[in-house]
Amino acid sequence: MSSRRIRVDMVARVEGEGALDVELYGEDIRDVRLNIFEPPRFFEAFLQGRHFSEVSDIVARICGICPVAYQMSAVHAFEKLFDVAIDPEVRRLRRLLYCGEWLESHALHIYMLQAPDFLGFDSALEISRSAPDVVRRGLRLKKVGDAILKTLGGRAVHPVSVCVGGFTRVPSKQALTALLDDLHWSREAAVETIRWVAGLEFPEFDMDYTFVSLRHADEYPFNEGDVAVSGEAGQATIPVADFEQHFEEEHVAHSNALHCHYHGQSYFVGPLARLNINHDRLHPLAASMLQETGLALPLVNPFHSIVARAIEVLEAVEEAIDIIEGYTPPAQSFADVQPQAGECMAATEAPRGMLYHRYGVDAKGLITEAKIVPPTSQNQTRIEADIRMLLPSVIKRQDEEIAHACERVIRCYDPCISCATHFLKLTVNRN
Amino acid sequence: MSPVKRDKPRLAVFKFASCDGCQLSILSLEEDLLILDEAVDIAYFPEASSKMQPGPYDAALVEGSISTPEHLHQIAEIREQSKVLITIGACATAGGLQALRNFADVDHFTEVVYAHPEYIESLSTSTPVSEHVKVDFELWGCPIDKAQLRHVLSDLLAGVMPRLPEQSLCLECKRQGHACVLVAEGAPCLGPVTRTGCGTICPSMGKACYGCFGPADLSFPYGRERANAASLAQRFSSQLGMSGDEIRRRFHLIYGYMSPFREIGGEIEEEQDR
Repeated sequence: MSSRRIRVDMVARVEGEGALDVELYGEDIRDVRLNIFEPPRFFEAFLQGRHFSEVSDIVARICGICPVAYQMSAVHAFEKLFDVAIDPEVRRLRRLLYCGEWLESHALHIYMLQAPDFLGFDSALEISRSAPDVVRRGLRLKKVGDAILKTLGGRAVHPVSVCVGGFTRVPSKQALTALLDDLHWSREAAVETIRWVAGLEFPEFDMDYTFVSLRHADEYPFNEGDVAVSGEAGQATIPVADFEQHFEEEHVAHSNALHCHYHGQSYFVGPLARLNINHDRLHPLAASMLQETGLALPLVNPFHSIVARAIEVLEAVEEAIDIIEGYTPPAQSFADVQPQAGECMAATEAPRGMLYHRYGVDAKGLITEAKIVPPTSQNQTRIEADIRMLLPSVIKRQDEEIAHACERVIRCYDPCISCATHFLKLTVNRN
Repeated sequence: MSPVKRDKPRLAVFKFASCDGCQLSILSLEEDLLILDEAVDIAYFPEASSKMQPGPYDAALVEGSISTPEHLHQIAEIREQSKVLITIGACATAGGLQALRNFADVDHFTEVVYAHPEYIESLSTSTPVSEHVKVDFELWGCPIDKAQLRHVLSDLLAGVMPRLPEQSLCLECKRQGHACVLVAEGAPCLGPVTRTGCGTICPSMGKACYGCFGPADLSFPYGRERANAASLAQRFSSQLGMSGDEIRRRFHLIYGYMSPFREIGGEIEEEQDR
């Protein structure tokens, strides 16, 4: 019996760098390792000694795709500790900022990163040679997301206006309504996107998953909610403050990202989890489009993530239109903040899944401790488990085909490796 | 006579330690991305394509800082394979925010983040690409500005070496007519010593510039000089009443490892010792 090693040195079309290592002995799977070699950047360490007001600009730099998520989890944590009352209009503007990030990140993933897998191309640029209008639609959706971010935060990557207590400056009603024409186009484009992705051919790959996402009393979750855990045993709800009593991070040798478990089990965060847990909170149009796809809930095939992501594009567009139409600029763009010593935590929904932050703060407002649990480190164990389940069905194929099949599974999760190292290289090892 | 067929120039995009934001700026060029794809052969860009072709390349865009032992070999090879090497963003041009570890004890940093520090392979420093190989042009900013990126790519396609303004942000801020946040609000704005290029985002949002485009170069009839960061630090101390630690933290951020921002903490502390 011979063993072989299949490796993907650099998983393509993901954010950041990682590899996959698969070790086979005959048809036995010896090991599957998602190897995140994206170098560590030590954010939790150099946050120590920084003032709380500096944190949103620092943590934004963890990820160029989802900086808003990092800024939001951070400012919400401090606002809880300092007991800051946030103006309801400011709160809505933060949701609008998040809509921009979801739209930008989801359009990028659907069209540029994952669609080539379903259509048999290496890149979206190759798709554009035969279907330029499809790719243009994706690029324009992304542009609309970027425009929301730019209007509220000055720029799409690392926006500058988020601060503890609110925004350094809020937009005029006119500046926001200027976005409406593009958003009305986006509504149609999102509907077309949903129909397009729902018509793709999905591999059969139903799994038993534990899904985790925020759940809010009456909103599809962006900024706020309890942690809902949904699996075979039903649904449990955990306050964010108790997150670390139930979820634990483990440091393994092959990865620069920490693996996070729920009571020792793997779990799934991101659009699929959010939709399964929160479908009853969708805007009517998004809900009816979900119904039109004919997919039964809960969605348990990771390849359906692209559909969940497209539904969330529409949800973000609908939410953005609502917020802009109802907007009255708040009297003050930010509330006064008085630091207090203590510990604080918050979780928000980054485009690729729940993002948890915890900080220790001293009386002067300086950070004594920081802990950040990004979505990809939560999904990492689940991705490895999926690949183990996939391998028996592809094991007789050529190494290159096996590697490609594994990469496809990985991309369903929209892993952000820059975030997780706190990504990816595939090695299949066959001896 | 048949026309001479020219091959398209081959472009590669590489990543080291970074947040991906600068590469994302390439994917965010929208329609221009499709034009770029027609003008050049995008030979290596893992974030955008599974097709990864070997060198040599006509131009390489490099994002991220050099921060692991393996990076040292990779960047040397990229230099060998590339006619023109351009660094994009604060990480590649100055070590990035993660270069804050250059001021600290990295073993301590590893222990703070990871339960098993022995699994982590990292250099004790995060350094700019130019500390290791010859760099032909640097595009600054955290993140890079898309208009500047378009400018650099067009210049390269035209076969000329790009040039970008290097003077302080204040000039552009005045042209746009924003109220000075340093003078009017006493906010610790780094605009006077920070390179222009972002479009004066922070002052336009009522916020003090935090230096994410790096230190400015000032042109004088007799030559060029780096902006006088020490003088601004002095003003923060004497007029805004900021402590040495507050001033150090202000400069030691995104471009903290680049001179003259790098030296600020040291000078302030020396003065307090006297």
